[in-house]
Amino acid sequence: MTDTVIEPTIENPPVAFTQEHIGWTAWLPPLTEDELTDRHYEALVDKARAKNGYFALLVRDPDILEARTKTDNDIFYNTKDGLPRAERELAATAASRLNGCILCASVHSRFASQYSKRTEDVQKLLDDGVSTDLGERWNAIVAASVALSATPPAFGSEHVKRLRDAGLADEEISDVVHGASFFNWANRLMLSLGEPTPAA
Amino acid sequence: MTDTIDIIDHLVGVTPDSKAEGLRARRPITREHAQKSWLALFEPADVSQVSLAERFAVATFVALLHGQTDIADFYAGKLASLDNGTTLLSTVKGLAELNGANGPYGHYPAGPLSSENKDGPALNITPADRDVLGEKLAAALYHAHLLVFRPREASPAALQALLSAGWSTTGIVTLSQLVSFLAFQIRVVAGLKTLAAA
Repeated sequence: MTDTVIEPTIENPPVAFTQEHIGWTAWLPPLTEDELTDRHYEALVDKARAKNGYFALLVRDPDILEARTKTDNDIFYNTKDGLPRAERELAATAASRLNGCILCASVHSRFASQYSKRTEDVQKLLDDGVSTDLGERWNAIVAASVALSATPPAFGSEHVKRLRDAGLADEEISDVVHGASFFNWANRLMLSLGEPTPAA
Repeated sequence: MTDTIDIIDHLVGVTPDSKAEGLRARRPITREHAQKSWLALFEPADVSQVSLAERFAVATFVALLHGQTDIADFYAGKLASLDNGTTLLSTVKGLAELNGANGPYGHYPAGPLSSENKDGPALNITPADRDVLGEKLAAALYHAHLLVFRPREASPAALQALLSAGWSTTGIVTLSQLVSFLAFQIRVVAGLKTLAAA
């Protein structure tokens, strides 16, 4: 057997939650660009991802990567109706903060800030954790995302009521459920197949 | 296998013209690709790296650790229909019963987050369980328990343990996707059931 793990030596690894751009490096060998077939490129969905170690590792199983990526894109980018993008990103950030994925939280907290223009509130969530006070609507979204991300999940009718009281329609609550749930998928891949690196 | 049913609809118990049906129907792309994800993992084109028994044994175990009896029963039924499946199922159920916990927990990399470190158990596999499961599946269940409850404690050493137990790099990618996909699927099902009933 020739398969081996990679144990990177990283100077000043990110050890706190941040909205800065940070990187990620794999613990198992990604496919190199000369190993990629047409099927691999199709599964990457976005061809530029061939140069990204995370996706170039996941593309070893192209069928699940392709379906995962298209699920992800619809949950977050399909904003013709339903929950505003900023609050989908807030759900993703809350799940990532609870599970402890520094890299996922960095990417999605930046998106939450960009779309909401509430950079300081987003930073409070990163610095103080999921119990911080962000105003009732965001508190309700964070609390629901956190309850759903617990194992076993602890999301109950009281979370639905709180979200409704905060003004969310059931379609928007479904978007919170999907955003938080998807990050329970993403966090586990990102945390277990490699680790964050400092900004280049 | 010829599953044509939508698995999330099936697990939620969606009925025609119900509220849950409406919530799923408004996101047809999510629905299509969540289903394709399930098919990629559980009706795969290639089982050379991860067998069907390994896939359904891990899935049953992950659903049980999430406390979702109905979802676990669904995967257990699939496992029981495979060769040696009932024997594996009995061991998987026993392990899940003895190794339940409340996550997420675990240690952060040393630094400012160390004050948030929270201790919790790893999977305990007895020699008798190991005899039934074999080294490869035992290693997969150990890793699945890590991913379910304490993903922030993942490490290169955890992946080395899988390689040493006979997993290939590609097999580890598939196993990681399978456990992580279930963490998503189980929460979508639990969340939609709660929302539809509330």
